[in-house]
Amino acid sequence: MCGIIGVIDRKRELMDGSSIKRALSKMDERGSGEGAGYVAYGVFPEFKNYYAIHVFFDNIHESKAAVDHLLSEWGIVVHDEEIPTSDHAKIRKIHTPWRYFFKPDATLMPRSTAPEEDIVAHIVMKVNTTMAGVLVFSSGKNIGVFKASGWPEDVAEFYKIHEYKGYIWLGHNRYPTNTPGWWGGAHPFNLLNWSVVHNGEITSYGTNRRYIESYGYHCTMFTDTEVVAYLVDLLVRKHGLSAEMAVKALAPPFWDEIDRMPEKARLLHTAIRLAYGPALMNGPFAIVVANEDSIVGFTDRIKLRPLVSGEYGNRLYISSEEAAIRTMEPDVENIMMPRAGSPIIGRLVV
Amino acid sequence: MSIGTVPMKFKVSVDSEQCMACARCVENCSYGVFRMEDGVVRVSSRHCVACHRCLAMCPRDAISIESRPIDYRDHPLWTTGVKEAIFNQARTGKIIVGAMGNALPYPVIFDRLVLDACQVTNPSIDPLREPMELRTYIGKKPSHLDLRTKENGDVELMSTLVPNLKLETPIMIGHMSYGAISLNAQTSLAKAVSQIGTFMGTGEGGLHESLYPYQDNMIVQVASGRFGVNIDYLERGAAIEIKIGQGAKPGIGGHLPGEKVNKEVSVTRMIPEGSDAISPAPHHDIYSIEDLKQLVRSLKEATEWKKPVFVKIAAVHNSAAIAAGIARSSADAIVIDGFRGGTGAAPRVFRDHVGIPVEAAIASVDAKLRQQGIRNEVSVIASGGIRESADVAKIIALGADAVYIGTAALIALGCRVCGTCNRGVCAWGIATQRPDLVKRLDPEIGSNQVVNLIHGWTDELAELMGAAGINSIESLRGNRDRLRSYMLDEALMTVLDVKSVGA
Ligand code: SF4
Ligand code: SF4
Repeated sequence: MCGIIGVIDRKRELMDGSSIKRALSKMDERGSGEGAGYVAYGVFPEFKNYYAIHVFFDNIHESKAAVDHLLSEWGIVVHDEEIPTSDHAKIRKIHTPWRYFFKPDATLMPRSTAPEEDIVAHIVMKVNTTMAGVLVFSSGKNIGVFKASGWPEDVAEFYKIHEYKGYIWLGHNRYPTNTPGWWGGAHPFNLLNWSVVHNGEITSYGTNRRYIESYGYHCTMFTDTEVVAYLVDLLVRKHGLSAEMAVKALAPPFWDEIDRMPEKARLLHTAIRLAYGPALMNGPFAIVVANEDSIVGFTDRIKLRPLVSGEYGNRLYISSEEAAIRTMEPDVENIMMPRAGSPIIGRLVV
Repeated sequence: MSIGTVPMKFKVSVDSEQCMACARCVENCSYGVFRMEDGVVRVSSRHCVACHRCLAMCPRDAISIESRPIDYRDHPLWTTGVKEAIFNQARTGKIIVGAMGNALPYPVIFDRLVLDACQVTNPSIDPLREPMELRTYIGKKPSHLDLRTKENGDVELMSTLVPNLKLETPIMIGHMSYGAISLNAQTSLAKAVSQIGTFMGTGEGGLHESLYPYQDNMIVQVASGRFGVNIDYLERGAAIEIKIGQGAKPGIGGHLPGEKVNKEVSVTRMIPEGSDAISPAPHHDIYSIEDLKQLVRSLKEATEWKKPVFVKIAAVHNSAAIAAGIARSSADAIVIDGFRGGTGAAPRVFRDHVGIPVEAAIASVDAKLRQQGIRNEVSVIASGGIRESADVAKIIALGADAVYIGTAALIALGCRVCGTCNRGVCAWGIATQRPDLVKRLDPEIGSNQVVNLIHGWTDELAELMGAAGINSIESLRGNRDRLRSYMLDEALMTVLDVKSVGA
């Protein structure tokens, strides 16, 4: 089932993590206490030009040296530390969460048009596919993912998220069916500046995964959500599609709708479906994707999962439940339920 | 001592209690099993091929046909087929020719794959209540799009799309030439595909002028014999297919016996009446992949880049690499014809022993094209042994865009897969040019049956997709996660990239 929520402050005003924690806990009915997580944008102002590489180590003594070494091959680490956690009665600390602030050496990927990002993406894929007991779960600039096995409020307290301030927050309350208990299986999923929270199941996962893998991405987390982050990265970052057009590729209009469109729109949407057919996501889902300057919420083509949005001042909220939004902002306005396949987009205006 | 006679394949008997001596069986059997003597039906069982025309026409259910009433001593190695082939060759010293598909009992991979359905965590979709999209485009697709957002927010498409075939169902009918099958059979198929919104192949026999009204749904073929090929023919087709090989006889050419080349066939094929139409094993202008690329381009040039060009190869061990080579030419689609593919005539040794099953070939072609990052740019069509809608769903999940059916469409016209198409006296009016036999097949009725079949399969496919929580065929394509193997060996599971049931 799962509950999701996202908020952006379009003027980049910072919010601490306490209100999203309360909102997510409102949706405990949608979870099972086996996984919850948050992502916040703008949380490391002092390291904002560095990639914040977050890692779960199963056994830090065994594997940290290898990660250090890999990072040193590709750039420099200006700071690293254990991610601060509190002793929490309800969270079993089965991994050691660690974060590195990393500057890739762009000269090492001379042929790339975005060498830094490609280096970081390469490191993420490499660690996650070849190093046992190590998982990179967050790799963007000025972004931190906080996730573990537990109820949302416990995970929030464990990571002390009320101490972080961000202008975008996403949260996810998980009801796992495929990888219960594993911290890596909790949402949000992140790659570079993309983060995804997802309620549902992607029945086209096999198709999407094979498509994305032919572009050098590797799905390593045994769950369908990560593929969304990679698809968005491919479509938006590599192919240069706008968020709107990327959503039209991932959850396109039906053919009979396209057939009725005026000539130009018909050609455009036909082209999108032909070129990006393998990226089409099927199955019931509601998703919120964020990057450093926007959040986008959308559902599957027949809206088999709920999604609602609301606004208050500069803030745009997207969630599975109106009640969760109201917990964050009791005076919320413009409550709206988007149509299947049409995105809700919130962008920074600064 | 000579070899003597061998046991009959079938024993035909007529129940005299039932028989009303109407002589319909006598008229209908083109193999000469029945004759009337003094008002009583007599049979020569040895002529029977079990095409069941007599059974279907007998008003009294008076006929019974028994398979192999006297068999040889049972032996696992020296089977009936092996022994009879030896007798045959000991007598004639020739290559044995047979028809229809592979007749050896190899395991069928399709029957060891099972499909998935949703329960609880994701709802299945009901195609009666929700849209279900089976529309499929066959042709080259861009790897990415160049979109510009204008000042006013409008998005402009800068990339251009090349012509694709638009199919309302991923089921097409493969190439069966006029000559191999009758004009009434081709007409039945042509009417059916144009009614449904899909396509059929002309085979290498040219396009008879009575089929011009259906040309927008016909794919014209250029094979090594170039029979029937001229610019008019190319321009009439909705697409052009270069046939390199055929699953039923990989590596060899074709042979249409002179008896099947009547006046009409001769005109359509552009060869003299009564002459054997022998297509050579290779195209005499294709000796490497670059030559193929040139032919693809020449055909495109000749038709002003308006027609998709397909290349058909037989499924062989190296299909994946060959397909990758074809994908790099200007070809729009690659047809992979598996070793169970039917044929009007093929040497038995090829039909039964050369080539690989389409399931494995499609899986490896799809994987290779993905590895090279070009899978979505070219279409992959599977053919050879597609028997039912479940096979269509499974082969699409393994990676095909669409299928060609052949034998299944003929069965819808009445074919009983008797395997004697090469003899040219098909009692169902399908694989024959004898006017009295051809007229047994009414194209109106025939096309209706083919339409029904494809509708039935399409509905089943929609139900299967809905049950799997998928409402668009592109989400089934290459979605091997929705397949499980049931007792396939590990090596094959690796090739197919599917998990075991329960995993
Ligand atoms: S068709 Fe049947 S009833 Fe008529 S002659 Fe033959 S066996 Fe007898
Ligand atoms: S087409 Fe005719 S001859 Fe060929 S297998 Fe079918 S029934 Fe027999």
